[in-house]
Amino acid sequence: MTQPASPAKHDAPIPAAKPAPDKGSWQRPLGLRPDVRNLSLLGVLAVLIAVGGITKPDEFLATSNLQLVLTQASIIGVVTVGMTFVITSGGIDLSVGAIVALASVWATTLATQEYGFAGILFTAVIVGLGCGLVNGLLIAYGGMVPFIATLAMLASARGLALQITDGKTQMVTVNSVLDLGIKDAYILGIPPLVLVFAAVTVVGWLLLNRTTFGRRTVAVGGNAEAARLAGIDVRRQRLYLYLLSGLCCGIAAFMLIVLAGSGQNTNGNLYELDAIAAAIIGGTLLSGGRGTIVGSVLGVLVFTTITNIFALNNLESAVQQIAKGAIIVAAVLVQHRTLRGGEA
Amino acid sequence: MPEIPATSRRGLLFGTAAVSAGALLTACTSNEPKKTETAGNNVPAADDKPGKAVTIGFAGPQADHGWLNAINENAKSRAKKYSEVTLEITEGSNDTAAQIGQVQTLINKKVDVLVILPADGKALTQVGLQAMKAGIPVINLDRIFASPQAYRCWIGGDNYGMGLNAGNYIGEQLKDKPNAKVIELAGLDNLELTKQRTQGFDDALKNYPNIKKVARQAADFTVESGQAKMAQLLQAQSQFDALWNHDDDQGVGALRAIAQAGRKDFLMVGGAGAKSAMDAIKADNSVLKATVLYPPTMAASAIDLARALGQAKGVAGMSELEIPASITLYSAVVTKDNVAQYLPTGFS
Repeated sequence: MTQPASPAKHDAPIPAAKPAPDKGSWQRPLGLRPDVRNLSLLGVLAVLIAVGGITKPDEFLATSNLQLVLTQASIIGVVTVGMTFVITSGGIDLSVGAIVALASVWATTLATQEYGFAGILFTAVIVGLGCGLVNGLLIAYGGMVPFIATLAMLASARGLALQITDGKTQMVTVNSVLDLGIKDAYILGIPPLVLVFAAVTVVGWLLLNRTTFGRRTVAVGGNAEAARLAGIDVRRQRLYLYLLSGLCCGIAAFMLIVLAGSGQNTNGNLYELDAIAAAIIGGTLLSGGRGTIVGSVLGVLVFTTITNIFALNNLESAVQQIAKGAIIVAAVLVQHRTLRGGEA
Repeated sequence: MPEIPATSRRGLLFGTAAVSAGALLTACTSNEPKKTETAGNNVPAADDKPGKAVTIGFAGPQADHGWLNAINENAKSRAKKYSEVTLEITEGSNDTAAQIGQVQTLINKKVDVLVILPADGKALTQVGLQAMKAGIPVINLDRIFASPQAYRCWIGGDNYGMGLNAGNYIGEQLKDKPNAKVIELAGLDNLELTKQRTQGFDDALKNYPNIKKVARQAADFTVESGQAKMAQLLQAQSQFDALWNHDDDQGVGALRAIAQAGRKDFLMVGGAGAKSAMDAIKADNSVLKATVLYPPTMAASAIDLARALGQAKGVAGMSELEIPASITLYSAVVTKDNVAQYLPTGFS
């Protein structure tokens, strides 16, 4: 608010630039106006479910398979929620997979395991936050381009993870952690990891759509200069966003430890690409200014369901990759069609 | 993780595989699985008396995996045993161009012998030729060069044999079971060695007409991928009798998925010979009943061969005056009965 002459400026560029489509949703009483992009994604998901149901009726629709699909979506899903915020602000975080790897191996060192469940969880989250802090400081206050800063983090976090493990698999011996991944821990038939994913999704949605923090994120992504003129501390906002992404990676690392029962320096391989792809398919603009948590989660579910159907039908990995690429293209094309139709 | 020689050489190798493996095992039984350290095999192949000084250059891929890490450890600890051997190790890299540069650096340093475990055998062939032309003999470790001119001696594992032995073990276990079903959790499908392991497995199963392979999925040699792919396989196959998993590292994840699904109704065979797998076989409290070896001790043997080459010696226990042109290691099946013997070679 140091710029008295700004009202005209910040009124004009902020909402008029990229966040425009979201302005409407803020004004609705519940803001639950179904997004056309999300609807088209739901359509894609429905087609996939039909394909799964037709090709493998007994296996695909079984409760245990739904539990499996949701569990497998959970870890990358949590990372994608954090990524959605970063991309919405016009940034990118290429280091998520490496942060997951570093957090998971640090949290599974013998020293950490001595403190049991809390020690592992705490270490994973702190390492995630620490990496996010470094990313955030480099980008927000060091003036580095997010692509470069997080690329550097990718390299160094992976290197550190390799150094900590020396290429070895670190087995987890803390039973309270291992038990979280076993059927006995399911709550009303829902695996705990899926509940964590659901909680992160809800918090992420509220944060993006219902808080000043969310509005600032969108504003920074839409037009950083206008946001600054409107009185938003853009640098601090950016710092918070990379911290948030790091936090999500820390949580995901803990979830991965539960699932795999170990820490390995190869963990989180290519998560950055999966998370970016899911967010973009979900309708978050790579150039910033528009983000949707629901879309990102649907994007993750589409990917996981595809993988699941392929595995159930015993497809070869080469065929799986080709088909996955084709489906990504198809999903985005369908979205663009629907979007043009919807907004015309 | 090797590549088997090009098909033309393969016949020759397999023809002599039994002979050479047999010769090696009988002639130097003391040589194969030995107690002590992580290096496992501690008795050198060539004779132990210090000879003239030899500088051995070693270039391998990045040790981001249990087995590759064990390769480095085996090479280093074996080189330390010889007072006259100096080991020049380059930073491991999975990037072909980077590894070519590293080998060229070692050539320029004029090391006496080179040991190369290429990230990609075919892609490193040219630099192997360069070294040989520069008068530096090359020991090609595991993943084989495309041309025999590019190395003096090849030593490596038997991927086809791994699959074959795993398949025959499973076949013997299930031979009395009508309509038995097996599934396969393969490794990285874009590596040739994975195809060879699968081919060996399929060929072995042909000996048992009552057994059918009902599913195969490829993972990435990592715990995470092993867990994810195994969870899918368990979902897809509500009932089967045996599972072959190509790699013990991803097997950690596979065993986790099996425990999470609460399944016990089949037997599992692993691959490579990790300590965690051998411990599980010994404890006999999981579905894992055996693992087929792919011994990282081949790196120690490669150092022995390199030293013998540098000192113009043969291999102790063999009548030859020169070291052999190729050696294929045997993929023994480790079960509860013989695990005590092999446990010291298990890598973590």
